[in-house]
Amino acid sequence: MKARAFDYIRPATVAEALAAFAEAEGDASYIAGGQSLIPALALRLQAPARLIDIGHIAALRGIAVEDGWLRLGALTRHVEAHDHPLIAVHAPLLALAAPYVAHPAIRNRGTLGGSVALADPASEFPAMMLAMAAEIEIVGAEGTRRVPADAFFQDLYQTALEPGELLAALHIPVARPEQRCAFDEIARRRGDYALVGCGIRLTMPRDRVEEAHIAFLAVGPTPMRAPAAEAALIGARLDAEAIRRAQAALARDLDPPEDGEVPPAMRLHLARVLLGRLLGRLQDQIAEAA
Amino acid sequence: MSAPLPVTLTVNGETLSHLIEPRETLADFLRRDLGLTGTHTGCEMGVCGACLVMLDGVPVHACLIFAVQAAGADIATVEGLTESAAVADLQRAFHERNALQCGFCTPGMLITAQGLLARTSVPSRAEIRDALSGNYCRCTGYEAIVDAIETVAHKRAAGEAAPRFTEEPA
Repeated sequence: MKARAFDYIRPATVAEALAAFAEAEGDASYIAGGQSLIPALALRLQAPARLIDIGHIAALRGIAVEDGWLRLGALTRHVEAHDHPLIAVHAPLLALAAPYVAHPAIRNRGTLGGSVALADPASEFPAMMLAMAAEIEIVGAEGTRRVPADAFFQDLYQTALEPGELLAALHIPVARPEQRCAFDEIARRRGDYALVGCGIRLTMPRDRVEEAHIAFLAVGPTPMRAPAAEAALIGARLDAEAIRRAQAALARDLDPPEDGEVPPAMRLHLARVLLGRLLGRLQDQIAEAA
Repeated sequence: MSAPLPVTLTVNGETLSHLIEPRETLADFLRRDLGLTGTHTGCEMGVCGACLVMLDGVPVHACLIFAVQAAGADIATVEGLTESAAVADLQRAFHERNALQCGFCTPGMLITAQGLLARTSVPSRAEIRDALSGNYCRCTGYEAIVDAIETVAHKRAAGEAAPRFTEEPA
């Protein structure tokens, strides 16, 4: 239960970090909060020769609104998703999901960039990137690029990040008044990995759904959108009939794998229950606002 | 290159410089190099909460940070919080309410409680349980622990100073 020996480098800039990785010829890992990486090192699931601590790079910090986008530096901590006023206003789904991420002490260290870069399909923040139509800023030797969340998550723990590249920031389109969102999950114990979780963002300029983003966690190899369920809501009033149609459509979106913990059919059932619960909650909010 | 590195950090108010192997966790550094064995190592993977310490004023798992990463940080362990009497009222309440049996989890419980009360002056019982979700107790159960933290929350909110812990509660 102890990590293999490694050398430790603490660069002050992104350029130094990229150079330190290149020098290690692939046998290196970046470390930020380390809340997933350190257990993996202790269990020797990973044993890089070099750890590059990006936790002190100023350019990877900061929370700011620019041109209709909320930019969250990769080093933004989970606890900030929980507490930060700009996140509460402009990315409410992150604030709603934050209390479900692990435990308070993990949230004090863990970073949003690290969580999204790891892309654990059972984690809350990666799925919320899909639900918020976020873009992920990546920096590498070739420069900087932005990848939409839909293209970022590719397969189990596989993302658009190439070896040596760094996740620099998350860009989230600021929430608009006509958008409503909800998050919840079903877990056996608080703080445990969820059996299923879901974040929803509906855009409803009047009384009908114009745009729907529904993202699930813990239902497949990546965080997953539910396009058939979304399509079932477009143009509809959010009523019991529309909710039933969205729930029925989920069978076309999700095909949970056999994993020994719960049968796929049960996971799909729980996803339907959760979707109904969340859409019902939004329906109630709309009724109260009217 | 995995040779020990010079690290300067503050532990319980004292600034120290040590040579530390990069692979050594903060928990092992505190226990082995400094003899501060009040920080317990249980699961060593961030699940049980026995190794919690304060890092720059907030609870973190000492098993989930390498000591070299803590360079420049201000660490408080249960020993430091005991000496400064910062958690004396919590310790007294745990004692009075029998909120510990073997005591293995207690340092972590105290640090979670201290962190919670710094954020939320009078948390509900549900909020206390939620905060304790990352602290495992395998003998007492959580009811007495929640009672003890709730009692201290109300006392602190009423402005009662933390009395210094003594072996026998008055």
